[in-house]
Amino acid sequence: MSTAPSHAGKRSSTLQGGRLPKWAPYAIAAGSLALGIGISAAAGLSSSIQWALIAAILYILGTYVVAAKVENRRQAKDRVVTSLVWVAFLLAVVPLASLVWSTVQRGTKVLDGYFLSHSMGVVADSETGGGIYHAILGTLEQVGLATLIAAPIGVLTAIYLVEYGRGSLARAVTFFVDVMTGIPSIVAGLFILSIMLMFEMEPFGFAGSLALAILMMPVVVRSTEEMLKLVPNELREASLALGVPKWRTILKVVLPTSLGGITTGIMLSIARIAGETAPVLLLVFGSKFINSNPFEGAQASLPLYIYQQYGSGEAAAYDRAWAASLTLIAFIMILNLVARGLARWKAPKTGR
Amino acid sequence: MAKRIDVSGLNAYYGSFLAIEDISMTVEPRSVTAFIGPSGCGKSTFLRTLNRMHEVTPGGRVEGKVMLDDENLYGTGIDPVAVRREVGMVFQRPNPFPTMSVYDNVAAGLRLNGSYKKSQLDDVVEKSLKGANLWNEVKDRLNKPGSGLSGGQQQRLCIARAIAVEPKVLLMDEPCSALDPISTLAIEDLIGELKERFTIVIVTHNMQQAARVSDRTAFFNLAAVGQPGKLIEIDDTERIFSNPSVQATEDYISGRFG
Repeated sequence: MSTAPSHAGKRSSTLQGGRLPKWAPYAIAAGSLALGIGISAAAGLSSSIQWALIAAILYILGTYVVAAKVENRRQAKDRVVTSLVWVAFLLAVVPLASLVWSTVQRGTKVLDGYFLSHSMGVVADSETGGGIYHAILGTLEQVGLATLIAAPIGVLTAIYLVEYGRGSLARAVTFFVDVMTGIPSIVAGLFILSIMLMFEMEPFGFAGSLALAILMMPVVVRSTEEMLKLVPNELREASLALGVPKWRTILKVVLPTSLGGITTGIMLSIARIAGETAPVLLLVFGSKFINSNPFEGAQASLPLYIYQQYGSGEAAAYDRAWAASLTLIAFIMILNLVARGLARWKAPKTGR
Repeated sequence: MAKRIDVSGLNAYYGSFLAIEDISMTVEPRSVTAFIGPSGCGKSTFLRTLNRMHEVTPGGRVEGKVMLDDENLYGTGIDPVAVRREVGMVFQRPNPFPTMSVYDNVAAGLRLNGSYKKSQLDDVVEKSLKGANLWNEVKDRLNKPGSGLSGGQQQRLCIARAIAVEPKVLLMDEPCSALDPISTLAIEDLIGELKERFTIVIVTHNMQQAARVSDRTAFFNLAAVGQPGKLIEIDDTERIFSNPSVQATEDYISGRFG
């Protein structure tokens, strides 16, 4: 596994040291993998997680021992920590990759133009066919309305906190924003539901938007605040020193400078609320039919559709639930990409 | 066009901390006045009281009188925004607006104040850039981002931006401290030209620079850390550097302390 340099014995310089060849980590990895599988087979362990763990531990131990022998202890520690970082990275990526993989695998079964453009209508859960058009429409309307409410309020709150907020009012606002960040989505739903019950209203899409807006607002405030704080004070002073009033300075200098970051923050918060089920379940109720009016009558939404289809326990409904999940993930992925694109496009330019 | 500044009995605070105490001086129009002194003695703070930028700092507060010709900048009913249009400022670090092109940076003062005619804008931008000795270097890249220029060019862009709104007084807070000697020379030459049109006040840590560019020099000092800074003396630059009337000034200039 190791190759000690041939000239190790006649080292003349104090700066020179042993060095593992570039292929050494791969050799150690292959060796420990083989050994791990061997040990597992001998001990009769069948789970692939078990032999992967044994191999990982063997790899880290092997790296340390080999590197300590050929190089020195500092290099050995460096290699071990590098390996640990890689293991942590793999641990983080494996669930994500497997989630995307299984969603794509199962979701593409019924995902086609018909599925995207038709509602469940009179299709029973046990039958094949049907689609998610009504759910996409509901999600777009509910999330869109929630964004229309939460984004301006959130951005303005952040502007107040960063540009004007002094003293106890600003501290109180910050505190309540923090509290709001921790509100479970079901509680936000219950809050709106209690108001709806007071006025004896039936479920409708906009009620869901209100609950989603409550969830979205603190995220927008926080991200916008961070972005505004990144704007150098010198720019504000430069503008003020030109005799520009403060509000115009904020509008024309501070906001454009941080626009990319603010947009990204809003997009990410949209992605966060697009997957909420609980408040929608309470307030919008779900529906099999196309209802394009968010202000009257029950509506569907993608996460709620997934929940209800999966809950029905029929094979055809499972397929539809996976396809809807894939659509939701794709929707959020597209939003993220758009946010990144906007951030890059709007970022202050440095080119010559 | 240039105006005289007459300061009397000026105190400036940060919260309850008295930063500069009882400063009185006159700044002559169409001349360059340099402020020198050790770090923390309140030169920059004093400079910022002259266009009411001091109060932008949280807790910043000013007492006393600053007369711009015959108007007290701290009188009742004075709009700080209007003051800053008359008294422009250039900062230590070049700070062009990163979202704007070279052209937009120079036009920013007029555009953001909303008081301009579209047809005049091109002329103002060209005139200001020429005034800042930058026109020849940037005339082919007016629509490129201002932050793509070199440090010295950026600082001259900031000067162009400041003079585009036609202030009466131009305050410069160590405008060359982030620049190399060649860019510094360019800006010093520029200061020499600008004083024909503006009243210029410059804060500098570089005493040779003060000697080179200024007509009058003010020396600030503070008794100890935590004590307020004070104006020790102000006189013709030649006298300050050859035969100052206060011993502390001579000590500072000859490098015996500070």
